[in-house]
Amino acid sequence: MSMLFAHNKKLAELERRLNTKEENSLGEDVKKHDVDFVEIVIFTTICCPPMTHHLSRSAITRVQASILIVVVVCGIALAGYAYSSFSVPPKTRLVVSTTTSLYETGVLDYLKTNFEAKYPGMNVSFISQGTGLAIQTAMRGDADMILVHAPTSEYQFLNGSYGVNRKILAYNFFIIVGPSADPAGIAGKSPADALKRIRSAGLNGTAVWVSRGDNSGTYSKEVSLWKSIGLTVTQLRSEKWYLEAGSGMTATLLLANQKLGYTLSDMGTYLQNFNNHNIDLVKLVGASKSMLNVYSAISDNPNNANMTKTNYAGAMQFIRYLVSDEGQQLFANYGVSQYGQALFQPYVPLAMSQSNQTLLGWIHDYAFFQGSECPAQFRYNADDLYTAQASALTWLTSYVLHPSSWATERKMAYWTQSQRA
Amino acid sequence: MGNGEEDGVLDPITEGLIRAIQLILSGDPEVYRITALSVFVSISGTLLSCVWSVPISAVLALRNFPGKRTIKGLFNALIGIPTVALGLYLYLLLSRSGPFGYFQLLYTPYAIIIGQCVLVTPIIVSFTTSALESVDPDLRTLARTLGASSRQTDAVILMEARWGVILAVIAAFNRAFAELGVAMMLGGNIRDFTRVLTTAIALQTAMGEIAFSIALSIILLGIVISLSIIVNLARR
Amino acid sequence: MNVMISHLEAHNLTKMYDGSLALEQVNVRALARQVTSIVGVNGAGKTTFLRILAGLDTPSEGKILIDAMEFRPEELRTHCTMVFQKSVMLGGTVYDNVAYGLRVNRTSKQDIPSKVKFALSIVNLNGFEKRKARKLSSGEQQRVAIARALALERDVILIDEPTANLDPANATIIEQSIKESAQSRVVLLSTHNLPQARRLSHRTVHLHRGRVVEEGDTASFFANPRDKRTKLFINGELQF
Repeated sequence: MSMLFAHNKKLAELERRLNTKEENSLGEDVKKHDVDFVEIVIFTTICCPPMTHHLSRSAITRVQASILIVVVVCGIALAGYAYSSFSVPPKTRLVVSTTTSLYETGVLDYLKTNFEAKYPGMNVSFISQGTGLAIQTAMRGDADMILVHAPTSEYQFLNGSYGVNRKILAYNFFIIVGPSADPAGIAGKSPADALKRIRSAGLNGTAVWVSRGDNSGTYSKEVSLWKSIGLTVTQLRSEKWYLEAGSGMTATLLLANQKLGYTLSDMGTYLQNFNNHNIDLVKLVGASKSMLNVYSAISDNPNNANMTKTNYAGAMQFIRYLVSDEGQQLFANYGVSQYGQALFQPYVPLAMSQSNQTLLGWIHDYAFFQGSECPAQFRYNADDLYTAQASALTWLTSYVLHPSSWATERKMAYWTQSQRA
Repeated sequence: MGNGEEDGVLDPITEGLIRAIQLILSGDPEVYRITALSVFVSISGTLLSCVWSVPISAVLALRNFPGKRTIKGLFNALIGIPTVALGLYLYLLLSRSGPFGYFQLLYTPYAIIIGQCVLVTPIIVSFTTSALESVDPDLRTLARTLGASSRQTDAVILMEARWGVILAVIAAFNRAFAELGVAMMLGGNIRDFTRVLTTAIALQTAMGEIAFSIALSIILLGIVISLSIIVNLARR
Repeated sequence: MNVMISHLEAHNLTKMYDGSLALEQVNVRALARQVTSIVGVNGAGKTTFLRILAGLDTPSEGKILIDAMEFRPEELRTHCTMVFQKSVMLGGTVYDNVAYGLRVNRTSKQDIPSKVKFALSIVNLNGFEKRKARKLSSGEQQRVAIARALALERDVILIDEPTANLDPANATIIEQSIKESAQSRVVLLSTHNLPQARRLSHRTVHLHRGRVVEEGDTASFFANPRDKRTKLFINGELQF
C-alpha cells in the first residue's frame, strides 16, 4: 500500500514540475514579489464569475441581473442619444471659439440656426470661454476661427500669424449700470466723468464699484477707462469701495445688485438679467466713443503649423455669411422681440453707406489696424472681402440715398477711403 | 421687506421645481438629449475605468510587492483631484497641437468619457481595494485548506466583496455624473453635442436663468437619488 | 487516491516568529486509524503546529513526512485539511460549503451530491443542505466545517479545539464524527479539554512552550504522567 502511494506521489511531483508557476499568494509566510498582473486582469474580468463554486445559483443570478439592468439602462440612454443626435447625416464641422458674453446673449445660436438652414452640410459648434482662453484655443488649432471683441488681442492674433481675414461684424456699447438711487450722481454723464464721481463717492463711503476682475473683453475695457482718467487697477484695489468679483458678467451684476453698486456691463447680459428680474440696477451711462464695443471674426491661418487640420473653408464660408446682407440683417434683428431693442448694430451696412461719419470714425480709431479692418498682409485668398468693389457699391448706394447732400469733396473723401480699405 | 425677501429666496426654487416637472412631462427634447448624454457619458466613463481599476485593486489587495503602500496612498490622494485641473491637463494632451491631437477627440463626447474615466479611476481603485482588504482573512486560509489554488481563493475574496465593488462603481458614477470641470474643458458645452447636465446648469446660471438651472439640477439630483434607491433595493 | 497512508510524522520541527521560538525540535508521529491529541496550555504552540502540518505555514527548520517521504507545504495542502477553532462559513448554503472543496478539486459532478450527503450524515446535518450557512448557530457551523473537511476524503485531518465554546449537544455530535472519521485516516486533534482527549484519542502529546514534554498512549499518559509539568497540567495548575 505504501509503495503504491509513494509511486503515485512521484507521479504527482512530476506533473507539478511541468506546471512551472509556483503558488503565489499572500500566504502567512510565503511572500513572493511576483505580481502576476496579466493573469489577474484576465482573471478578474473573465474567469472570476465561473470560479465562484461556493455561491448558490440565486446569488449569482441576482448579480447578473443587476449588471444586466445597468447595461440595459445604458443601452437605452445610448440609443436615445444616438437617435436624436446621429439620425442626421454626418456634416462638416466648424468649431468657433468665442467669448462668454457674446455667446450668452444667444445671438450665436440664432446665427447658427439660420446659417445651417442655408448650408445644411455644415454643423457649427461654439466653444464659449473667457476672451484670453478663447484666443488660445484657436492658437492651438482646436478651433477653426474666433469671434471676439478685443481689438488688441485680435491684432496679436493676426500679427502672430495665427489668423487671417479679419472682418468686423457688429458693434454695440458698454453701459455703466448702478442703483436707481444713483448716490454718485452719474446719470447721463460721460464715462470718464462718471468714473471720477464714483471714485470720490466711493472714497466717501457712499458708493461701491464692482469690477469683473478677470481677463475678459469687458474687463479690458474697464481697465482702459480707468486708465483714461489716470488710475491703475493696482491703485484701485487697495481702496475699499472697489470690489473685484473675479467672475462672469451675470455673477458680477448679481454682486453689484446685492451691494447696490456700480459696474460696467455689456448690453446683452444686462438686459437678460434685468428682464429676468434678477437685478434692479438701471442704465446710467450709455453710448459714447469710449464705451464702444466692436465684434469681429478672424479665421485660423491655414498656413500655420498648428492649424493644418482646421476647417479653413468652413470658417471662410461662415465669415462670408456673417458679413452678407442676410447675416447682417440677423444681427440687426436679434433681441428686438425679446428686449424691445436690438442688442447689436450691424457694421457692414454702416461701412457701406458711410452714413454716420462720427461713429465710423470711432470704430476706425478703436478697432482698425494700420487704417484697415484687416491689413493686406493678413489677408489670404479673400481680396473680394476687402476690394474697392464693395466701396464702389458704397459710393453708388450713398449717391442714391443722399443725392442732396452729395458734394464733390465728399466724393473725393469716399473714394480715397475706399482705396485704403 | 420680510415677505419680499422670502419670495426672493423661495421663488426660484419652487419655480425651478415646477419647471423641472414641466420639462420632464412635456418631453422637452433638448432636456432629454442633455440628460441622455450625461447618463451615457458617465456610465461609459465609469465602466471603462472598471476594466483596469478592478484588476489593479485585486493586485493591490491580494498581492505583495515593493512600493505597494506608496501606490495605494497615491490612489487615495488622487480621489480628490480638482476636476478643472484634470480637465486642463487632459485638454493639453488632447488638443490638436498636443501629443494626441491626431485623434481630434477634443470637444467631442468621447473626450468627456476619457476625462471622466481618468477622474473616477482613483475612486474605484481605492474603494475596491478597501473592500477586498476588509474581507475576513480567515476566509482565504479556509479556501486554501480546502484545496483552492491561489487564484481560486482570489475568486472567493472577490465574490465576498462584490457589494463593496458595486458600491465603489456607484460612487464613481455619481462623481462622474455630477462633475463640471472635465466636461466643460474637454467637451466645450456645445449645444446638442457635448452639453451635459452640469455644463448646462453652469451656462444657464451664468446667463441668469436661475429657474431653469434649478430645474436641471433637480433632474440631476433625481437621477442620483433614484440610482441609490435602486441599489439599496437590489441589496436585499 | 484510494491508497491510504500509514503515518504522518513531524521531524525536528522548529518555528520562529519575530525572534521567539514558537516550536522547538518537535517530533511527533501520528498513525492512521487513530486519533492523536495534542494537549497543552494556551500559547503552547498547538495551533502553530497544526497549521504547519496542514501546509498553511512553513517551518523554519525540520520536515514533515508522510510515510517517510518529505512533503513541502504546497504538497501537504493536498493531503491534509484543517478545521479551525472558529469556523468560517463561505457565503452560500450548507450544501455549497461542503461541496466547495469538491468542486475546487474538480471532483466529477455526479459524485459530488453523494459525497456531500455522506459527509453531512456523519455530523447529523442531513436536511440542512439548503439553509444559509452563515445563519446557523455556531455549533451547527462547526459541524458544517467538519463535514467540509470530511467530504474531501483526505488522508489527514487536523482539528484545532473543535468544541471550545460549544454546547454539550453539538460537542457530542462533533466528538462522534471525529471518532468516525478516524476509522479511515490520520486525525490530529488539539484540545485543552482533558476529558475529551481521554475520550477520543489513542495517543496524547503534551506540548508546552513549543516543546514536546511528554507523549504516549493516552491511558498511561493520564494515569502515569512522567514529566512534572504534565502532572501539573493534568491537575490544572500549569501556567504558560
